[in-house]
Amino acid sequence: MNKHSAVRKIMRNIRTQGPIIQLEQVDIQLGGRIILQDIDLSIQPGEFVVILGPNGAGKTTFLKLLLGLIQPASGSARVLGQPPKVGSRLIGYAPQHRAFDVELPLRGRDLVGFGLDGHRWGIGLPSRSRREKIDQALKEVDGLHLADAPFGQLSGGEQQRLLIAQALLTDPRLLILDEPLANLDLAYQQDVVSLIDQVCRTRGVTILLVAHDINPLLQVADRVIYMAHGHSAIGSPDEVITESNLTQLYGSPVQVVHTLGRYFVVGAEV
Amino acid sequence: MFAIFEYPFMQNALIAGSMVAIVAAVLGYFLIVRGLSFAGHALSSIGFAGAAGAVLLGVSPIYGLMVFTVTASMAISILGREVRERDVATGVIMTFALGLGVLFLSLYHGYAEQAYSILFGTIVGVSRADVVFTFLLGLILLAVIVIISRPLLFSSFDVELAETRGVPVRALGGVFLILVALAISITTQVVGILLVFALLIGPSATATRLIHQPFRAIVLSIVLGLAYTWLGILLGGNSPWPVSFFITALSFGVYLPVRLLSKGIDSKRSAAGFEKRSGADFNLASKKAYRG
Repeated sequence: MNKHSAVRKIMRNIRTQGPIIQLEQVDIQLGGRIILQDIDLSIQPGEFVVILGPNGAGKTTFLKLLLGLIQPASGSARVLGQPPKVGSRLIGYAPQHRAFDVELPLRGRDLVGFGLDGHRWGIGLPSRSRREKIDQALKEVDGLHLADAPFGQLSGGEQQRLLIAQALLTDPRLLILDEPLANLDLAYQQDVVSLIDQVCRTRGVTILLVAHDINPLLQVADRVIYMAHGHSAIGSPDEVITESNLTQLYGSPVQVVHTLGRYFVVGAEV
Repeated sequence: MFAIFEYPFMQNALIAGSMVAIVAAVLGYFLIVRGLSFAGHALSSIGFAGAAGAVLLGVSPIYGLMVFTVTASMAISILGREVRERDVATGVIMTFALGLGVLFLSLYHGYAEQAYSILFGTIVGVSRADVVFTFLLGLILLAVIVIISRPLLFSSFDVELAETRGVPVRALGGVFLILVALAISITTQVVGILLVFALLIGPSATATRLIHQPFRAIVLSIVLGLAYTWLGILLGGNSPWPVSFFITALSFGVYLPVRLLSKGIDSKRSAAGFEKRSGADFNLASKKAYRG
């Protein structure tokens, strides 16, 4: 190990002791319009954080900021101790699931491999270590049997597993998942939630997950970030999902019913 | 039967045809994966105007083809950021170019024969200079596609994901369409503008139906493209029927049964294996819903 890489390793260790995400008075604008303002939050290593909020609240835009695809209009944003920038191997990302072409001529394994080296130039020759890394990630999401299946023909839940495996390949410290539970039936939602929780605990990776409904995630979420109408609040589900908080966020009366261990948010625009 | 290859023009046809078949097959694969086969067709129609304009000016059609298709490919990538928009932008540009092509041809006096050659190709009329040009350009195109293939495939699968990993997705998409434009320009010499689709999309449409592993699908697509071209030249050279006809007929004749048969395989496959889990889960979920 040369001097430079030794120094870099020490720097990394120092950095890893700080928060994974640190935002101070961040405003996010898109096309001149304010999407979110005055975000203050600090997320620690190993935390499982769920982002909630109505459609159009800026959840995906918020993720784009953390991924370095957009810059804050003001305030300071740091992810893993640095200003966010694209191409970080320390951040794994699984985008919002969309309907893939049934005839998409890629196998599960090819898709997962993108997570490892899809950004590199050249053809990329197959190697044993590459194959082993991909198999390992597939095993971790219980998706080894999907390795050679055409991706487009898999069910939504199976595709979601592979997207998560893809995000794990660079051994990230932060895993960003955009609506991994969307369009999944209940049983599959539970499968995917426990899978993500397991990844969070065994790898000590920080999870940031966008969801529409907190209920399937109540057992695993450490904190939630609730976004609505340009504002956000962070805390444990009990602290955040309250009538006074949500009424303030939405700017109109909201009722929260907490019963049978589940939250139901009721209001004019929810 | 193989005696035809003693003629220099048949040798030219074989060399140019082989290079074109390889380049078209490789780029066709990416066109299919990116859902851009319509742009492939449109670019060749746009090339018609370029070729007709070049004929009017008295220069080789290939230069007109290249100028028009490359310009149009840049316009398409600038105008159409979204796939939906892109089809509209592509269609508008295509029809305008076709109109220009008709104008150029009507201004030219050797009307029928030139138009026929541009539209349907004259592989046996390829000169030695054309062969050299086609071969060199083909090599350059292949080299560039090898360099960009992996990030290109990645961004074809999911633009946003590729972008977060640092892939310059916009630039890559633009470069790719320019490659397609140049590939179409040389393919047109062999099969003509109207039949470019047969060599560009035909082989990879068949290959991606049969094989899902990208590298192998590209190899199969090259093999098919070469087979259609060689057989087409051989059959055309030994009969009064045009080479273009044989190439397109082979392309279609192989695609059709593969399409029909592989559909059966797909549904059998999902019934037997991959969907099993979700099927079971669905039952579970519906039972739960019933109880609840």
